[in-house]
Amino acid sequence: MESMKTKLKVQDFSVFYGDFQALRDVTVDIPIHQITSIIGPSGCGKSTFLRAFNRMNDLIPSTRAEGRIFMDDQDLFEIDVVELRKCVGMVFQRPNPFPKTIFDNVAYGPRSHGLRDSAKLAEIVERSLRDAALWGEVKDDLDKSGLALSGGQQQRLCIARALAVEPEVILMDEPASALDPIATLRIEELIQTLKKNYTIVIVTHNMQQAARVSDDTMFFNMAEDRAGYLVEYGPTAEIFTNPREKLTEDYITGRFG
Amino acid sequence: MSSPVSEARLERRVARQARGSLARRKLSQNIAFALVWLAGFLAVAALVWIIGYVMVQGVQVINLEFLTTRPAGGVSGEGGMSTTIVTTLYLVVLTIAIATPLGVGAAVYLVEYAGEAQRESRLVSYIIMVARTGIEILAGVPSIIFGLFGFALFVSAMKLKFSLLSAGLSGACLILPVIIRTSEEALLAVPRSYREGSLALGATKWQTTVSVVLPAATPGIVTGVVLSVGRIIAETAIFWVTLGGSYRLPTNLLSSGRSMALHVYMLASETRAFNKAMGTAAILIATIVVLNLIINFTSRRFAARMMGRNR
Repeated sequence: MESMKTKLKVQDFSVFYGDFQALRDVTVDIPIHQITSIIGPSGCGKSTFLRAFNRMNDLIPSTRAEGRIFMDDQDLFEIDVVELRKCVGMVFQRPNPFPKTIFDNVAYGPRSHGLRDSAKLAEIVERSLRDAALWGEVKDDLDKSGLALSGGQQQRLCIARALAVEPEVILMDEPASALDPIATLRIEELIQTLKKNYTIVIVTHNMQQAARVSDDTMFFNMAEDRAGYLVEYGPTAEIFTNPREKLTEDYITGRFG
Repeated sequence: MSSPVSEARLERRVARQARGSLARRKLSQNIAFALVWLAGFLAVAALVWIIGYVMVQGVQVINLEFLTTRPAGGVSGEGGMSTTIVTTLYLVVLTIAIATPLGVGAAVYLVEYAGEAQRESRLVSYIIMVARTGIEILAGVPSIIFGLFGFALFVSAMKLKFSLLSAGLSGACLILPVIIRTSEEALLAVPRSYREGSLALGATKWQTTVSVVLPAATPGIVTGVVLSVGRIIAETAIFWVTLGGSYRLPTNLLSSGRSMALHVYMLASETRAFNKAMGTAAILIATIVVLNLIINFTSRRFAARMMGRNR
């Protein structure tokens, strides 16, 4: 892991909602082209941490962040937020395709960034849908509403939508928690194939999922004052078989959480 | 203490009581049901009676000639209603064209942007509060007040005279609160996940509003606009003091005119042609009914298309 290039560098990072501290002093390096999973009990700040990378927390009034996050040595909070979100895509917990056609859903990002050329758009849409393993199922129905798809297909559509912008990092906030086991499996396979070109950070409630898909795992817990903090970080195999911290072991073996 | 015999008797009594209470409960349910049904029946019956009466009376004078000739004027009330149909159409188009952009724009500001502005400045927060209260109050102000305002401002002060423009501007003031409030509700009903999804793709807030939020809110906004169309078609007092009442065909924005509702009022109050008033009223009602059917049909079609059914 030492030799691996760092994509996201987090230093003493804390988040506050008003007076409440949601996240305390997280320091961690997330490597490039790897899948890093974030696990931990409910309310431990996993989602808050994830949403810091594309500054979605900015949308919530009275949120304040301390510390720094660097992406390729660039301070995240100094990049224009619209520009940042082009580089850091996100897939949400519940599939949230727009009430538009499948084509328009995928073309939304590139269009927003000013691409008008329809041949180029069609090319991007096809490539993104192929990369999201959805092309075969929808190639004849591109003008159908994205909401007409099944839950699992909708989530893959949302992944395709994120890929169309060609981000460098993809954040996934429990992307399979609203899906059935078969759809979940397909999403997991998809995540594996995406790692070649993207740096993926995934929050999951499901420990087996973290064990199956990720290269590295971060374990968060909640302190006495309900602030989340990073307990342990390391290669997934190590975290799950030979954790350094007692707390991690207790959580992995299901003793709490 | 209790012998088996008395226990059996007790059980029988409980069963008997249960039967009695069930019968009573069923009876009270039936009575309540009958009352509710009666209330519904009376409400519908009154409506059917009014509409039926106007229709039956009106149909007697309606024919192609009535629809295509203009009113003759004077106290006779002779002639048809052609110009009033055209004037109503002009008035609706003008009013909606003025009020919709303003109303939807105001709603977008209040729902999407006001929150941020309020946090940034005390003064802005105060102004927004006053504006919200103003909209609430305006929604309940009687239309004649808007008419008097329109008369004082547009007709007199701005010297627009009794004209389509004066009437359109006054009518726009009248329906503005309706459009703002229905649009606000439609915007608030758009799930936050749509906004987040769009912003997370690197779209700006404005792009998100225009490309995702507004389209998703369109059915609700359209419903508000069509309701306002109905309101403009039905209003009389406000146009009595701003549109004038000329039965001629308006030729430009500064021409006076007479909408259908105004025509009904003028025929009934100033002429002997009560039957013609009924005829015009029948056309008016038919227009409103058709309008309502259009709302139902389009909003259902729209919702179906959005949710991915029906295609």
